[in-house]
Amino acid sequence: MQLNKEEQAMLNGELGEPRRWAIEHMMRVGRFFDAEDFVEVTQAHIMADTESLGEAGVRFLEDIAARPEAERQVRIPMITDPRGIDFCHYKRLRQTDLMATLEQRAIDAFEAMGILMTNTCINYQTIMPPVRGEHLAFGDTGVVIYCNSVLGAYSNFEGGPSALAAGLTGRTPRYGLHLEQNRRATRRFRVDCELQHLSDWGALGGIIGARAGSYWEVPVIEGIRNQPGSDEMKHMGAAMASFGSVPLFHIVGVTPEAPTLEAVCDAAMPAETVGMADLEEFFARYGGKGEKVDVVVFSAPQLSLMEMQSLAELLDSRKLHPDTSLLAVTSPVVAADARRMGLVERIEASGALVLEGMCFYQSYAREMGEANGWKRLMTNSVKLANIIGGYGYEPTLSNMENCVASAIAGEIV
Amino acid sequence: MVTTIELRCHVGVGPVVTGEALVTDDNFSARYDLDRIAGIFSRPQHKLVGQSYVDKIMVFNTAKGGVASAWMLHEMKSRGIAPKAILFNNVNPILAQGAALADMAMCDRFVDGDVTRLIRTADRVTVNPEIGLVTITRESVEAG
Repeated sequence: MQLNKEEQAMLNGELGEPRRWAIEHMMRVGRFFDAEDFVEVTQAHIMADTESLGEAGVRFLEDIAARPEAERQVRIPMITDPRGIDFCHYKRLRQTDLMATLEQRAIDAFEAMGILMTNTCINYQTIMPPVRGEHLAFGDTGVVIYCNSVLGAYSNFEGGPSALAAGLTGRTPRYGLHLEQNRRATRRFRVDCELQHLSDWGALGGIIGARAGSYWEVPVIEGIRNQPGSDEMKHMGAAMASFGSVPLFHIVGVTPEAPTLEAVCDAAMPAETVGMADLEEFFARYGGKGEKVDVVVFSAPQLSLMEMQSLAELLDSRKLHPDTSLLAVTSPVVAADARRMGLVERIEASGALVLEGMCFYQSYAREMGEANGWKRLMTNSVKLANIIGGYGYEPTLSNMENCVASAIAGEIV
Repeated sequence: MVTTIELRCHVGVGPVVTGEALVTDDNFSARYDLDRIAGIFSRPQHKLVGQSYVDKIMVFNTAKGGVASAWMLHEMKSRGIAPKAILFNNVNPILAQGAALADMAMCDRFVDGDVTRLIRTADRVTVNPEIGLVTITRESVEAG
């Protein structure tokens, strides 16, 4: 890779060991993907929950945090993805003090590096939405696909180590979605069904993601009859990234890089149809009707203020079944607003619990499930339904209304 | 009879390693698919469910979503409950970044075709990421 003087100085260790590690790490990744040079980035977002960090990862962060201030501080605004712990509620969730201690150590290390503890995977709704053409180093696949697709920003999936390296250096290797030629559509989908609920948008994302099936495929979508809003795009993108590792999609006439089909692909590209039968088949994979439901989870991505309002309206004057838990997970910013507006009180009056700054599957989901006896999990998040089976749960997927009705009945309705 | 086959691929990351192959045409995410404490595949839908990945040369089609895998390879290796190498037809940036941090051997983009067909479970495999070369040693009764 070509290095400029500053990058060479970093590699020589002249700007301290953390930046030397960072530039060397990114050069290894850049070589893997044939990057010729680095591109400057304006923001970094790091996914680093302690379940995935483990003791080894936390020590890695602490080693950087122990360096002199001039060496350890990030150079660009850098924010965090959800944590594994909500310190107000971890005991109620039967998470352990050991988990909380590890989490606090990670937070201390991040703060020593000057990283802003936003603890959110909906930063594009709540913190600072990127602008079209802005180069970024974002973690969380849902964040990346939204910012690339809906906002027209440029980011690869940056795992925690690479996002940190980008924060420490202010740059990332120029490969993948930082290059125009990789943003052209490679698969064309024609949607022929009504999308009513957020879970329907998620299912569409899951179907297209599974069919595209690779980081290097870019779907272009036509035929969507309902105008999507931010939450619809959020659920669809998160599911597409989860099912297919897909980092970018275009919707003709909706997303900024695709005012027309021809703007992103050859108009002769054959199209595959996604219809109502595909959507029904997708939901049918997640069974459980009539079975006892142990926990209903709204998370992944964290809920927007509008989703919190919808949930409050559905739960008003109703009580959860005594054997069913309901968790609503949101960002610290939304939680503060929702509390001020009385939404948290309305949700929790039902017996539900509002959690902030965490995400269910990043929070020691296996251990929580075992400690609480949670097996059958119901959600409207296609992303969560896809992930959580690996943690020992039996997921059921439905819309928010059915999830709430099931939490009240104590069984899947 | 012992057959030796050389497969060329893109330059990868990590050290030269040798081990026994465990092959699937399924995809991979450390977060979605594994019980990382027990060292086995745990997601019921995964084709390798119940099998151990410890010290194996894993071969997959591609990587799935899940940014966490970047930390997880490092964490798994620190406990010694990790694959020796992971090979893909096409990998996503997350796994490549994770291998770079963990110093785990990883390669993709094989010039001879579908790596999940070229390598078979139980083959003895040496991975040299620096030059993009994977060598298979196979006990075989077949000609050629």
